Amino acid sequence: MSSFPILSLMLAVPLAGAVAFLFSDAPRARTIALAATLVDLALGGMLWANYDIGGAQWQFVEKVPLFAGFSWALGIDGIALVLIMLSVFLMPVCIGASWRSIEKRVGEYMAAFLLMETLMIGVFAAQDLYLFYIMFEAGLIPMYLIIGIWGGADRIYAAYKFFLYTLLGSVLMLIAMLWMVHEAGTTDIPTLMAYDFPIEAQKWLWLAFFASFAVKMPMWPVHTWLPDAHVQAPTAGSVILAGVLLKMGGYGFIRFSLPMFPDASANYAWLIYTLSMVAVVATSLIALVQTDMKKLIAYSSVAHMAIVTIGLFAFNVQGLEGSMIVMLSHGLVSGALFLCVGIIYDRLHTREIDRYGGLSINMPKYALFFMLFTMASVGLPGTSGFVGEFLSLAGIYQMSSWVALVGGTGVILGAAYMLFLYGRVAFGEQKNADAAAMPDLDLRELAMVVALALPVLWMGVYPESFLAPMRADIAALDARLARARPAGDAQLTAGKPKPAAADHATLESAPEGAH
Amino acid sequence: MDWATSLRLTAAEELLSISGLVLLLVAAWSGDKASRAISIAAVAVLAAAAALTAPALCAGAMGAGTSAFFGQVSADSFAAFAKLLIYAASGATLMVAPAFFGRLGAMRAEFPILVLFAALGMGIMVSATDLIALYIGLELNSLSAYVLASFLRSDGRSAEAGLKYFVLGALASGILLYGMSLTYGFTGTTSFEGIRAALHGGLSMGAVFGITFMLAGLAFKISAVPFHMWTPDVYEGAPTPVTMFFASAPKVAAMALSMRVVLSAFGTAQGAWQPIVIFAAMASIVVGALGAIGQGNIKRLLAYSSINNVGFILIGLATGTPAGASAMLVYLAIYVAMTVGGFVAVLMLKDANGEPVEAIADLAGLSSERKVLAACLAMVMFSLAGIPPLFGFWGKFVVFQASVDAGLVPLAAIGIAASVIGAFYYLKVVKIMYFDEPAGKVVGKSGWEHQALLALSALFISPLGYLLTKWLGELADKAAAALFHLA
Repeated sequence: MSSFPILSLMLAVPLAGAVAFLFSDAPRARTIALAATLVDLALGGMLWANYDIGGAQWQFVEKVPLFAGFSWALGIDGIALVLIMLSVFLMPVCIGASWRSIEKRVGEYMAAFLLMETLMIGVFAAQDLYLFYIMFEAGLIPMYLIIGIWGGADRIYAAYKFFLYTLLGSVLMLIAMLWMVHEAGTTDIPTLMAYDFPIEAQKWLWLAFFASFAVKMPMWPVHTWLPDAHVQAPTAGSVILAGVLLKMGGYGFIRFSLPMFPDASANYAWLIYTLSMVAVVATSLIALVQTDMKKLIAYSSVAHMAIVTIGLFAFNVQGLEGSMIVMLSHGLVSGALFLCVGIIYDRLHTREIDRYGGLSINMPKYALFFMLFTMASVGLPGTSGFVGEFLSLAGIYQMSSWVALVGGTGVILGAAYMLFLYGRVAFGEQKNADAAAMPDLDLRELAMVVALALPVLWMGVYPESFLAPMRADIAALDARLARARPAGDAQLTAGKPKPAAADHATLESAPEGAH
Repeated sequence: MDWATSLRLTAAEELLSISGLVLLLVAAWSGDKASRAISIAAVAVLAAAAALTAPALCAGAMGAGTSAFFGQVSADSFAAFAKLLIYAASGATLMVAPAFFGRLGAMRAEFPILVLFAALGMGIMVSATDLIALYIGLELNSLSAYVLASFLRSDGRSAEAGLKYFVLGALASGILLYGMSLTYGFTGTTSFEGIRAALHGGLSMGAVFGITFMLAGLAFKISAVPFHMWTPDVYEGAPTPVTMFFASAPKVAAMALSMRVVLSAFGTAQGAWQPIVIFAAMASIVVGALGAIGQGNIKRLLAYSSINNVGFILIGLATGTPAGASAMLVYLAIYVAMTVGGFVAVLMLKDANGEPVEAIADLAGLSSERKVLAACLAMVMFSLAGIPPLFGFWGKFVVFQASVDAGLVPLAAIGIAASVIGAFYYLKVVKIMYFDEPAGKVVGKSGWEHQALLALSALFISPLGYLLTKWLGELADKAAAALFHLA
């Protein structure tokens, strides 16, 4: 299996589908798109099944020196694996979400989505710095078109903002990459991850990468493109944007900033903490007063991403693992929430919260799943959201209790705005006749929400399935960060346990029924 | 050095001049009705000249063995690389011109011959290793270009373009000549090698002035800021095939000429020219990007885009390293493909009567009416903006790589940040084509030559172009090595 270029194949399948749309009409385009994404999902399943947990750090490695100065190098570790799984899993859902709601230029729409899929997998699988950059940047073009052609009323402004913001962030990263390759003499990402750059240079390089990843993430105060892009994008566009594109920022931090510039990461940790703390509180409060459902969820995404950055820069295993789980969970949950908004938007064509109300009466199934995802977003134990947020905050608590405290308010505020939203949409009286007349989920919609609900619960109940592939890689990263780890403010001292034998003896000697 | 060697080394130039003269006689006898046949013959001549030039590039020819006519010109691999681009661009012009002029009844037999002579002049420009040969090549090219710009005699805009080009071109030639005379006066020689040797010991004030004036003259020819003012007017006024020609072949020639002058003749005086080149590069990037934002005419937009691109190419020159020179050549090759693709697409924008459509606003909704054309134009735009995975990114990539490797990190960082401004107006064209409601203006069909050229350049700038990076890089490295052979 190892010699079979499965990653290249996963890149090629959607690409071939995208090309096929040049020669197909609308109904066939939908079928082709669904088939291509399902094939990719199956390939992803094979990838996961064949991934050897505890085996080599980089698996399914392919390397062909195809280009001048860089090569077609692919390969994944556990971190990339789970993110690729997230991408291939969300894609069929996206295609399903656009089945009816997209009516104009269906072929081009599906082509743009499949192109996105290729590029997303490429970003996570690239093992060559320049190949990564090309995949990372290229995603701008299909996303620009998706927002601009199929978006809502203010789509053009949103498309420009998205494109130019992210482009400006990324070009500086390119210069940093050029310098790194000049210095280290290789474009191989695994080699660079172990390369020690001079500390002064690290600081500049870190800032350049930060400029790119902070915009993609997005972190406060460069998050303003996100609500615009989200609100204007079609439902599936929002799902992909929130589900996978935002993860590229987090992936960038965990793959590049932390292992390549550990000293600079420690040096600038205060910056990350400050921005993340502001983001958690500010965007949560902003989310509280939104009247537009998509905007509300978009702002909640910014808050959740701030928890991710907090966890990443906790410099310990809990924080890193927690961040990864928050990313996965947020990918599923926010995707599902956008889908829920999309489902009622398709019926009433408005995102105004006030136009709905009492949906649990006429749409009980919908209300049930919407509640599940709301709870997962809040971080209810038993759902994926809890696992991630708990681990992240536990991680940062060892580093800084203040950051943990402020970050923790995000969970409380998150409960406030999400429950407030849910209450206004699903409960209360049915004040709008047209909203009250909406039919419940049909089979297609039901299939999509069930598909998203299952992994949310799975991750909440048994996160080990998702943590296991990443464990070795997180541990390696933790070891790499060890020398730069700043001292935490929590002076944890281990307690003095009683001698084991004595403890055992007391238990033994205690008379039955003494408790 | 005997005459036979010199003649053999300049075989492509001889072929061009003799065929040009013969075709001129044919034109004189058979009149304008033969213009199509002459165009075809001229393309064949260019192809033959390219075939004569290619071996020098593949063999990586350099050094004394390539020097012809007592050090006047050098048929090395650097010249060969530039000449191949020039011949390709000239050939493309000849392919699309007959349809454009034919519709207006203005296709005359002189057109292909003028292009041939311009190509000859440009060939001499890029191989010149002496100030005199340089000037002869430059003027041969310029004189042909002035006539080409005003080729549509009945069109006021075309005449205006020709006149503007002529007056400002003459001024620039004067400045260049003045710089050359100063350089000659303070170094005592006109040969590049001699100038290089004379400047090695140190720079006199006069030589600095000479370098500055020469650079100013060359900056005019490559339309670098602050000598770019003629570009939008000439590009807009000139007939579109001629604009395509101006934007591609003479740009390559003038850029290659500047490279040879700066890196070879003034190679030892880097301190004198580097600040000038850096300023011109930054100013061109910024002015080209800002100037383009308000434009409503696609040809003017592409004019500013070419100013912008020249800025990026000059970043490679500012490094003064072989890697920088090689990067410039790669960029030029990609730039020619993007320019040809862009202008061919513009030529294909016609309304129901076959009238050319030039206003950007009229492209609204092009993507729903002419899918393939809109997709190609969008690819050109994204490619010019340097967005991966299109091939235009690779040009910018190698140039910035060279500048980072040469230690010019701030220049690279500012340059690349300014490229984001440029992205805005390229996006605007895509936005109008894809996001706006169809205007229903562009409905005319075009001939197969247009489609073939567009397909070819679109294929080249598509991600498939990356498969060529190794080959292109090797050729450019060979060419750049020849340029630095003196050092």
